[in-house]
Amino acid sequence: MKIIVMMKQVANKDAILRVNKASTWIEEADLSWEVNESDGYALEESLRLKEKHGGEVIVCSMGPQRVKGVIKDALARGADRAIHVVVDDLNQFSPYASASVLAEAVRNEQPDLIMTGLQSDDYGYAQTGVIMAEILGLPHATIVIEIDASAEKLRVKRELESGWYQWYTMPRPALLTIQSGISQIRYATLKGIMAAKKKEIKEIMPSGEAATLQPHQRIERIYLPEKQKQTQFLGNGDAKAGAVALAEKLRNEARVI
Amino acid sequence: MSNGILVFIEHRDGRFNKTSFEAVAAAQNLGRELQQSVAAVLLGSGVGNLAEMLAGYEVAKVVYAENEKLKEYTPDGYTDAMERVVRQLDPQYVVMPHTYLVRDYAPKLAARFKKGLISDCIRMKVTDGNVRFTRRIFLGKMDADVVSEGEPPTFVTFQSGAYRADQAAKGAGAQVETLQVEVGDVRMRPEAPFQEVKQAVDLTKADVIVAVGRGIKSKENIALAEKLAEVLGGDLAASRPICDAEWLPIDRQIGSSGQTVAPKLYIALGISGAIQHLVGMKNSGTIVAINKDAEAPIFDIADYGIVGDLFEAVPVLTEEIRKLKA
Repeated sequence: MKIIVMMKQVANKDAILRVNKASTWIEEADLSWEVNESDGYALEESLRLKEKHGGEVIVCSMGPQRVKGVIKDALARGADRAIHVVVDDLNQFSPYASASVLAEAVRNEQPDLIMTGLQSDDYGYAQTGVIMAEILGLPHATIVIEIDASAEKLRVKRELESGWYQWYTMPRPALLTIQSGISQIRYATLKGIMAAKKKEIKEIMPSGEAATLQPHQRIERIYLPEKQKQTQFLGNGDAKAGAVALAEKLRNEARVI
Repeated sequence: MSNGILVFIEHRDGRFNKTSFEAVAAAQNLGRELQQSVAAVLLGSGVGNLAEMLAGYEVAKVVYAENEKLKEYTPDGYTDAMERVVRQLDPQYVVMPHTYLVRDYAPKLAARFKKGLISDCIRMKVTDGNVRFTRRIFLGKMDADVVSEGEPPTFVTFQSGAYRADQAAKGAGAQVETLQVEVGDVRMRPEAPFQEVKQAVDLTKADVIVAVGRGIKSKENIALAEKLAEVLGGDLAASRPICDAEWLPIDRQIGSSGQTVAPKLYIALGISGAIQHLVGMKNSGTIVAINKDAEAPIFDIADYGIVGDLFEAVPVLTEEIRKLKA
């Protein structure tokens, strides 16, 4: 089974974000980066499918040279080779444009399965995978938490809202978007890191109609969220003093204890 | 020329999804601002009664797109049907609730028009006929104002809670237009939806909830939160990563994929406050957050906050409450 995993590099969860001068995006210099959380699970699930059914896992990522960090880490964990779609500035791509560039980047590989995370931790569009499936003419399922690939048709368990689930059966090839927590993610071993150095990373440029698409939506301005509530901050940096003040407030002001 | 607003109505097992009416409220709002009419669309088979109920809302008309293949939801079936309705009505905006079902098919629908969605919006503002949509980015740490560009239709989804369902205006009775819609090959076959082992813990009735997130760092540390919950006579809960790591069972998970709660007191320990968690608890009475990151989105909805080490704060808080209750 040939599996392609789409992986995005995003700002580190704990990074302090600063708005850029034009207020159109964050300041990216000096930022620390990590793999998008659910994409990490998509990779893990792909590696497990390969271990069970044989085949090949190809990782595909789009962005400037820094995304090699995500690619090399995926190769060290066990992916076989990689495709790097080199673009300087990801922010110029609307959801349709990036999905369309990525679809063209993997089309000729003719994979049996394409896996993505369910959404990115930066834009949070939650669309790239589904749009790719439409462009490539593949059936898809989103928010997948279990995959049975033992039969000719795929059987996948999808998460619905409020604790409900549903199984879907569909033909291959197909595209699945993976929910975080589907399995425990492995670490790269030293042996894996050494082996990764010999693995192929193919660089390609955006091609086809996608590369010239006009954006259908544009970010005008980003800013810190307006607060919905006036929070009373207690303790002024001293957590213990804050706790003492909090107990008093909960008793006498909020009257909840 | 494209005109009007089309709002998508979600239903299952003969019942509306409540967030559909939040979308109706959003669409009516947009319609008033732009002075355009609102039409509601319902897809299905044998749910004419739902279409009649919808007609009681203040909309210009209800389009009921019918086909045997729409009896159960599938992304292929819904995309085909909606594409035909959108092409026929030629609206300027298509408004949908940001539910798991919409997330599953709406990007595919938008792709048929060579575009994506302006997804998961929390509000909008209209100035001089131009609409600015606001969405949360970076897991809630930032807001982005987004404008649509290019040809209509613009596809928009609204986050659960962005508009209130009870603000969807009722009307004098709209006409229902039933459309026998064509649907092509449906490649996926759904089985019946089910719930995992019956939820053992019902957090929706709890008065006090102490919830832990990533910041608790290890399974052993959960004992700290447990002691606090105990002195408060409350229940222990968690954000998704804690249940994924199996530090607490999944029936204690709060958020879009777990339980939605509104206790009198909600104490969030080491929870940053991703949207998926916030939608499950933001209607709580008094919200307390203890987190080392002053910019964590949980503080946006907290009444009381402590920026600092929860391992220092929680034992003191537990002891103080014990004294107050003695």
